[in-house]
Amino acid sequence: MSLISRPASELAAMLQSKEISSVELTSQQLANIDKLNPKINSYLTVTHEIALAQAKQVDELRAKGEKLSALAGIPIAVKDNLTTIAIETTAGSKILKGWIPPYNATVVEKILANRMPILGKTNMDEFAMGSSTENSAYGPSLNPWDLSRTPGGSGGGSSSAVSSMQAPIAIGSDTGGSIRFPAAVTGTVGVKPTYGAVSRYGLIALGSSLDQIGPVARNVMDAAMLQDAIAGHDDMDATSLPESLGSMTEAAKNDSVKGLKIGIIKELTGEGFQAGVSERFQEALDLLVAAGAEVVEVSCPSFQYAIAAYYLIQPAEASSNLARFDSVRFGLRVMPEGPATVEKVMAATREAGFGPEVKRRIILGTYALSSGYYDAYYGSAQKVRTLIQVDLAKAFEKADVLVSPTAPTTAFKLGEKQEDPLAMYLNDIATIPANLAGIPGMSLPVGLAKEDNLPVGIQFLAPAREDATLYKVGAVLEKLLENKWTKSMMDFAPELKVN
Amino acid sequence: MSEITPELVRHLAGLARIEVTDAEVAQFASQLAVIVDSVATVKAAVGSEIQATSHPIPMSNVFREDVVRPSLTQKQALSGAADSDSGRFKVSAILDED
Repeated sequence: MSLISRPASELAAMLQSKEISSVELTSQQLANIDKLNPKINSYLTVTHEIALAQAKQVDELRAKGEKLSALAGIPIAVKDNLTTIAIETTAGSKILKGWIPPYNATVVEKILANRMPILGKTNMDEFAMGSSTENSAYGPSLNPWDLSRTPGGSGGGSSSAVSSMQAPIAIGSDTGGSIRFPAAVTGTVGVKPTYGAVSRYGLIALGSSLDQIGPVARNVMDAAMLQDAIAGHDDMDATSLPESLGSMTEAAKNDSVKGLKIGIIKELTGEGFQAGVSERFQEALDLLVAAGAEVVEVSCPSFQYAIAAYYLIQPAEASSNLARFDSVRFGLRVMPEGPATVEKVMAATREAGFGPEVKRRIILGTYALSSGYYDAYYGSAQKVRTLIQVDLAKAFEKADVLVSPTAPTTAFKLGEKQEDPLAMYLNDIATIPANLAGIPGMSLPVGLAKEDNLPVGIQFLAPAREDATLYKVGAVLEKLLENKWTKSMMDFAPELKVN
Repeated sequence: MSEITPELVRHLAGLARIEVTDAEVAQFASQLAVIVDSVATVKAAVGSEIQATSHPIPMSNVFREDVVRPSLTQKQALSGAADSDSGRFKVSAILDED
């Protein structure tokens, strides 16, 4: 097994025992990026010099016997909607092309404090609006399992990087499934922590009541170690939880699901789900049951309104958040024809700088918030949010963890849904409720769908603040599946031919 | 049937300070009509007695200590600006001449 194919947790042990150096690992990682990225387009910016300088530094500190964090020396990819000093940050938009932020996101500060070399900034749908990366102003990322398909979105840069060994782990952000859906379609593990578990300071905001930063990895332990590295209270984010949620790394060492109650969400199974997806989902449940878990059926009837509520709340919040792109303080400025006023410059700049999906959502959000429509649309959507929380609370009385497939289908073809925004939105059916309710969710790979040999993900949901439950059940299922397959998920991946 | 017309799209884009083209107005009007019809189902889902949720995990009175700490310098704050003058952001005229 080549060095860069190994999980971060293994690499961390090899670094600690000085079997390998961070410079060695980071160099090999960068070489693979140089080979694959021109084709797969996972990274918008690759930071060779920065990564190698950080790697050299951590090696020197280790040689001196300095006490280092668990992930020290492990290189990492960062989604391009997190601000990074001295590294271009675009959020996949033309309006921020060339922008060099003057401050680091808290998560970036934590990565630096953990002494993890930053490999670069990953591609994404513009301002994280999308499920395929096709809304990136810099072209889509490709799915390493099938280059004609999407690696999911909005975090398809991070998911394609991690699944093609261009990074052992990466940072994502999840507003309606942007970590979990890309994980599902690339055979990787993606976790959206509890709302407030990870600071959003320095995250370019999409929907502020929904956004959450989380880990992207090739296995449960790696995701757990990364969540532990980035989580924690931050007084720069007023929504940051004051309390610690405990050690996810410890939770991921769990080896038993005996007596665990798993609730199958009736509304997120069966009709509308690809046969091969349902088959792998059922097989995973059977394994858990054989290992001593108990399965019950739960019903969340208001989930039928979740997409509708989400596509009112999120555009409404986005229309407000994106008002900051005003051509004055940062980003693009385009001068209109004729006499210029600040307002005309702003309108010309936003016309030139935003892509079609961003404009659509800003217009939709403006509509939902406008006088006369506010109560009917935004107000009703917020009430749906209450109904969803009530449904989930009832479901969690019957079950410790809820399950569904992460997405209705495996990875779709690039271009397939590009002309039909609503079809793209419907893809988020299983992931959106967690964001509306603020609860944590994990997508874990459960094998390949029979009909297309593409990865399928199972989604686990836990009550708010109980992220550890996800890692406990995820770790056990991962082991059960690997025992059954006698290999890991990534060993199913086809050899990448990029020339 | 949705109330999204090309005129309404143009008006909303104006409110959002986006100078849309005629082609965009036509395209967005037809796409948004379908989307609005779909999201309008929320109206049927809820009665007046249900409380609205604006924030998934309620928190109130979140404060931090009011202490001086390092912040951006003037130069850093202006570093991303399209134009600046004498330590200030520089913009076009605020008001039309007429």
